[in-house]
Amino acid sequence: MSTVFIALQTNEDTRPIVEAIVQDNPDAIVNEAPAMVKIDADGKLVIRRETIEELIGRSYDLQELQINLITMSGNLDQTDDEMTLYWNA
Amino acid sequence: MDMQVAKKKLGLKERYAVMTRGLDWVPSYQKMEDIYPYMSYEGIKIHDWDKWEDPFRLTMDAYWKYQAEKERKLYAVLDAFNQNNGHLNVTDARYINTVKLFVSGISPLEYVAHRGFAHAGRQFPGAGPRVACLMQSLDEIRHAQTQVHAVANYNKYYNGMHDFHHAHDRVWFLSVPKSFFDDAITAGPFEFMVSIGFSFEYVLTNLLFVPFVSGAAYNGDMGTMTFGFSAQSDEARHMTLGLEVIKFILEQDPDNLPIVQRWIDKWTWRGYRVLTLVAMMMDYMLPKRTMSWKEAWEIYFEENGGALFKDLARYGITMPKCAEQIALEKDHLSHQAWSTFYNYAAAANFHTWVPDEDEMAWLSAKYPDSYDKYYRPRMEYWREQAAKGNRFYNKTLPMLCQTCQIPMVFTEPGDPTKICYREVDYKESKYHFCSDHCKAIFEHEPEKYVQAWLPVHQIYQGNCFPEGTDPTVEGFDPLAAVLDYYHFESGRDNLDFEGSEDQKNFDAWRGMATKNV
Amino acid sequence: MHIDLRTVTIKPLRHTFDNIARRLGADKPATRYQEGTLDMQQTANFHYRPTWDPDHQIYDASRTAIKMADWYAFKDPRQFYYGAYTMARAKQQDTAEANFDFVENRNLADTLPADVRATVLELLVPLRHVAWGSNMNNASICAYSYGTAFSQPGIYQAMDQLGIAQYLTRVGLLLGGVESLEVAKTSWMEGDAWQGLRRYVEDCMVIKDPVELFVAQNVALDGLLYPLVYETIVDDVLSAKGGTPVAMLTQFMTDWFTETKRWTDATMKTAAAESDENKAILAKWVIQWRDRAAAALLPVARIALNERTDALVAEVVQQFDARLIKSGVPL
Ligand SMILES: [Fe+2]
Ligand SMILES: [Fe+2]
Repeated sequence: MSTVFIALQTNEDTRPIVEAIVQDNPDAIVNEAPAMVKIDADGKLVIRRETIEELIGRSYDLQELQINLITMSGNLDQTDDEMTLYWNA
Repeated sequence: MDMQVAKKKLGLKERYAVMTRGLDWVPSYQKMEDIYPYMSYEGIKIHDWDKWEDPFRLTMDAYWKYQAEKERKLYAVLDAFNQNNGHLNVTDARYINTVKLFVSGISPLEYVAHRGFAHAGRQFPGAGPRVACLMQSLDEIRHAQTQVHAVANYNKYYNGMHDFHHAHDRVWFLSVPKSFFDDAITAGPFEFMVSIGFSFEYVLTNLLFVPFVSGAAYNGDMGTMTFGFSAQSDEARHMTLGLEVIKFILEQDPDNLPIVQRWIDKWTWRGYRVLTLVAMMMDYMLPKRTMSWKEAWEIYFEENGGALFKDLARYGITMPKCAEQIALEKDHLSHQAWSTFYNYAAAANFHTWVPDEDEMAWLSAKYPDSYDKYYRPRMEYWREQAAKGNRFYNKTLPMLCQTCQIPMVFTEPGDPTKICYREVDYKESKYHFCSDHCKAIFEHEPEKYVQAWLPVHQIYQGNCFPEGTDPTVEGFDPLAAVLDYYHFESGRDNLDFEGSEDQKNFDAWRGMATKNV
Repeated sequence: MHIDLRTVTIKPLRHTFDNIARRLGADKPATRYQEGTLDMQQTANFHYRPTWDPDHQIYDASRTAIKMADWYAFKDPRQFYYGAYTMARAKQQDTAEANFDFVENRNLADTLPADVRATVLELLVPLRHVAWGSNMNNASICAYSYGTAFSQPGIYQAMDQLGIAQYLTRVGLLLGGVESLEVAKTSWMEGDAWQGLRRYVEDCMVIKDPVELFVAQNVALDGLLYPLVYETIVDDVLSAKGGTPVAMLTQFMTDWFTETKRWTDATMKTAAAESDENKAILAKWVIQWRDRAAAALLPVARIALNERTDALVAEVVQQFDARLIKSGVPL
């Protein structure tokens, strides 16, 4: 499977999001760069609203992610509960 | 009406559907082909616009909310940067030349993207893609403006940026990025989407922004880093739009495949040629390097683009053929580009220099197969000559490629000692190309590319002197006249970094902060 | 090493970009609106002609019959560049959200008199299609007009109208559920009252002259529709019948029109002041599109106004004429 990734700005807002992503995608690899954190995963990466909400202790709309998003790779599917990046091949 | 209508909360997808495509209707007072006149001439066949899948489902209320938050943050950083003389925090004043290159070469393209997406966002008969395109049009004017606002502060203290709009429409090397976007916006709406939405945004934008913005972060430029990352935060939406467009077109009709494949081939190459500027910025212009051009190409194109094309293989799309030649060029591109600008530093709006010893060591390490063998000796020779007072400025105008408009400085694929020339005879004239790919692009649409406004041809035809110039007078200095036409101040905007006003001012201002004078 | 750079006072080499200084007549600090607007559009040495419009350049002032010596004579009185625009809208959106919450949480929708609710569903909800048409028309204005000072507000207006279409959709969802949207669409497509207006909107979609389109859509149609529907029908007539919650749900539109008409007025004023030729062309367009818009709006207004329709529409037209005359358009 090919690598999908998402890159976020490094800041207070994204720390719990990165933590949530790692929780939900245990095989994902986190790469820190200046001011940027890039998370790679094999074939598929899922970002779950509930996991983020548990970590930040408030309700969260996945569209808020866009404020701190830098780039990503893969096909995207977004619902109220999950944002998924994936390759079909 | 029943008062007890079950007001169940709609899910994101259903809600978005009533908020966009539910608004649209099939016209009956005017014909579809009159309302959407540009839909058929490119040969793309669309049977059902409703099959369009909206990737990000952002309604205007959420758009305003999130974007305003981004803008508030961004302008707070810019204000602080300006008030605190943030420009003096950068590694050294050479860095600022990347900002000059960016604002004169790239920011004006953000503006064209804004207008191009307004056009595409008006012309597609599907409500989904239309809204996505218009949102992107709105984002792109944001990018153009935030860049101008961020660079405005640099312009107050440093040279080369003071008339960048004027420069963009005229200067020889700026015709490279300008003609690229002119090419895209003058193409049909579908090709525009493949060129900018897909090839540029999805395949190549990471190579433009991630190195540039991380470069700013590495070099202490908080202002640029902030506008860069802030612009990138819109990019995820744009990239997804680009990818959905390709999938949608390909799913609609098998006849679309060869057209789309040709566009992908063309625009990957066109975009790659524009990225030459980024390659040289990464390897030569950032005092503190992030990664080499070659490494960036490997991660963001070979690995990531590879994954993308593997995914698109189910539609019959293949990796663009030019990828093979690009792979051969990756050891050479930035060095050949920097050498060119080093030569033509008298006619550019930014400074060039010979890399110092440490930087040469870095280049040797990153390019073990090419730097020491082909490029280091050349640069050491220039350094020697400059030390003797013979800084070399080339004042002869180069021949340009008719398609990408870059001077013909690139070498044969596989032979870095031989310049690559290609030519085509077309209607009484001979046209010149830097590569087989640029030649093929021309041959497919010669009537388009013969129109190109080639800066060197224009200079020779006398079209690039200030009004009223008489080139026949004794002692006429053509370069000086061209620089006037560009609104470049010779001696301040151009020439070597060593001895420049930028260098002197930066040192003096930094000195004021660290010493008691 | 951290150095405190704030302590350094340095004299800038220049205060703004040269193109701005040329326009301001001096090198002095410029506003973000100026820096983000003036000369942003490319003007010279275009490489190729549009394959979709080979008779014109990429940006071409001759797409319109209006002639300007300088297209940067236009100025948006709101001074909207992207940042100022989104921040203004986000604030209005906060208010709108609070209003929707207020109406929803107190179940005020259920307390609406039946005839008010019926009027809202019949009259307001189909207007979401009109707003959608305006979104398309303003996309055209932005794409094909000349100079950023004129084209830039076009994209803001386009997206505002999409926002309005979405607010109206929410009004429908709140008062009548998803099916109310379908009913409204059927009226829009087939109902006798709506066909004049739908024809007007579709006819606008084929106007090629971006300034004429600006007149037809933003000046004539919106200039009659907003005062008639939001100021007269919603804020006066329906409120008097216990429909105040409706006015809360459409506050965005009322405020928005008050704000945007300052821009449309300023634009007309500048174009008219330029020359007698412009004045004559603008007057011709205004009269032609005003008369059509007023006729198209009559049967729609009748849904709420019944026998008072003719009088109230005539009043709105009269106010409209006064506005335009004040902008220097000879009617
Ligand atoms: Fe952009
Ligand atoms: Fe070329």
